[in-house]
Amino acid sequence: MNSFDSSNGEEMSIDSAAQTNSLASVASAHTAARQPGNAPMGSGLEARGIHAWFGKHHALENVSLDFASGTVTALIGPSGCGKSTFIRTLNRMHEFIPSAAMAGEVLLDGKDIYSKGTDVTKIRLQIGMVFQKPNPFPSMTIGENVLSGLKLAQLKMSNKEDLMQECLERAGLWNEVKDRLGAHAGGLSGGQQQRLCIARALAVKPKVLLMDEPCSALDPGSTLRIEDTIGQLAQTMTIIIVTHNMQQAARVSDYTAFFLSEGGPGNMIEVGPTNEMFSRPRDQRTENYVSGRFG
Amino acid sequence: MTTKPAAPAPREITTKPRLSDRIFRGTVTGVGMLSLAILTLIGLFLALRGFQTFKTEGFHFITGVKWESVTSDSGKVTNNFGVGAMLIGTVLIAAVALVVGVPLSVLTALFLTFYAPERIKKFMVSVVDLMAAFPSILYGLWGFFILMPMVQYWAGLLYEYLRWIPIFNAPQPFFERSPFVAGMVLAIMIIPIVTSVSREIFAQTPLDRIQAAYALGATKWGMIKAVVFPFGSSGVVGGAMLGLGRAFGETVAVFTVLNIVFKVNFHILYGFGGNVASMIILKWGEAVGDETKALLAAGFILFVLTLLVNMLANFIVKRTLKSGK
Ligand SMILES: Nc1ncnc2c1ncn2[C@@H]1O[C@H](COP(=O)(O)OP(=O)(O)OP(=O)(O)O)[C@@H](O)[C@H]1O
Ligand SMILES: [Mg+2]
Repeated sequence: MNSFDSSNGEEMSIDSAAQTNSLASVASAHTAARQPGNAPMGSGLEARGIHAWFGKHHALENVSLDFASGTVTALIGPSGCGKSTFIRTLNRMHEFIPSAAMAGEVLLDGKDIYSKGTDVTKIRLQIGMVFQKPNPFPSMTIGENVLSGLKLAQLKMSNKEDLMQECLERAGLWNEVKDRLGAHAGGLSGGQQQRLCIARALAVKPKVLLMDEPCSALDPGSTLRIEDTIGQLAQTMTIIIVTHNMQQAARVSDYTAFFLSEGGPGNMIEVGPTNEMFSRPRDQRTENYVSGRFG
Repeated sequence: MTTKPAAPAPREITTKPRLSDRIFRGTVTGVGMLSLAILTLIGLFLALRGFQTFKTEGFHFITGVKWESVTSDSGKVTNNFGVGAMLIGTVLIAAVALVVGVPLSVLTALFLTFYAPERIKKFMVSVVDLMAAFPSILYGLWGFFILMPMVQYWAGLLYEYLRWIPIFNAPQPFFERSPFVAGMVLAIMIIPIVTSVSREIFAQTPLDRIQAAYALGATKWGMIKAVVFPFGSSGVVGGAMLGLGRAFGETVAVFTVLNIVFKVNFHILYGFGGNVASMIILKWGEAVGDETKALLAAGFILFVLTLLVNMLANFIVKRTLKSGK
């Protein structure tokens, strides 16, 4: 599995045949290791006919995707094809952009999160998000950051210390920060900050976790550690991850969806089990992209 | 055998600036230094002119509460100048202005930055900026005729329910032209500057932190508490200090509203008081000789007070900057 080594950053090899083969083997290794049938938890999320606009600009066209509970889905595609836009419609962060509009439905456990009378803050508690750039609250300590979501949502916390430790452990950060929980979060390295953000997202116990290129600013070591974390988290929640790194998609995801914009709005071209997407994609454009012929 | 060559001395790095650059640099430096020079000269002028008063009155000039110059029948002049009462008045009035004005300004800034629809926002920003340009006498007159009756009512309530706090007590329920009224007028006057400074800093709150808070299920208010305030607090302090500078120095509006009496009055609701600036304007017209010097000395005190406040503000801003980001 030499493909593990060349996984840093976003660049893709041009050597297409070898690339595709190794991706496929990574993906099937992942599938084998995941032992499907291990009763998954979390909640399913279903996007139906999603369109998104920025003012008059139609950025996303008719995307329907099913995220079964307890699965990891990778969203891949060239820059500007609407992956971030799509993932942001899933927890209603899209509406913060002035002039942004959307159409379609997003069903969480069968209920439309855009339906009238929905308390959007409750939705975001159930559908957590990790951003591309680590964004801990610099005025808070490491410990306060972990618990910040509970405080923001005014949830009761019965046992702060235990929860803090549990979340930091699950995010793979506990050992590095356990002696300085009272230090300011700004003093952590970028990779540590990102894992802190993951811990923070976990503390409110979301059913679904959205990750928009969570590793793009990180070194290979931190990246692998976060991928590890994702693997563990997937036992209890549904994960949707945007990535430019094919290796990463192959390593962590059960399903992969390929997005593409051909001049107009972005479309979802193809979705399927990750090993199939990398070994025998049905669409020529997917094949071209995963083999590095364009993108 | 060769000896290791000695490390070279660092080169002097120079560049020959173009003429245009040099002219511009000269102009900028000159103008920059000019404002510093003017400030220094004002301070020096006040200190020199007031020097004699400081010498004769000593520390008593600050602690003393009387302001009188008595000429006896024999022609002997006895001076007794002290700005103590007026200093206390200055601080009390400015405190009222800050306590009332800063929260109003911060709320206005929050509304403009995070709640107001675009059109209302533009309109309100220009209104608030216009407020800053209003002459103080207009605030004074408005305060006297419109605000005072209302404030008198509020003062009555404060007196009624909070009398047990000494500063809200009064010998008699007489609330007209009190330091409280003057402070309220000043509160309105500092709103524009504090609002626009706060608004500017709030608008710079990093978007990724705002999004982080929302993504964790924060309400708007929760987001503001968790992200905007920690980020913007130093800016608000800075704006408040600019407002305080104005409140300390405000002359005409206070002069119009306040019943200026040379006595110490800690009861902000009670109808007399004073501040240093309005005292100077009150006495200036008829002052001669020693009293003129004493008034300049009072001006120097005001000057120093303002400098001190600014230094304190700087200190606070730097400290919050360090812990905040
Ligand atoms: N805030 C915005 N205002 C206007 N247009 C936007 C905004 N954000 C994104 N877009 C547009 O929407 C389209 C999709 O952008 P999006 O950020 O979703 O792409 P992406 O697939 O995430 O790309 P990348 O891989 O580079 O992150 C692009 O054409 C982009 O220009
Ligand atoms: Mg993106």
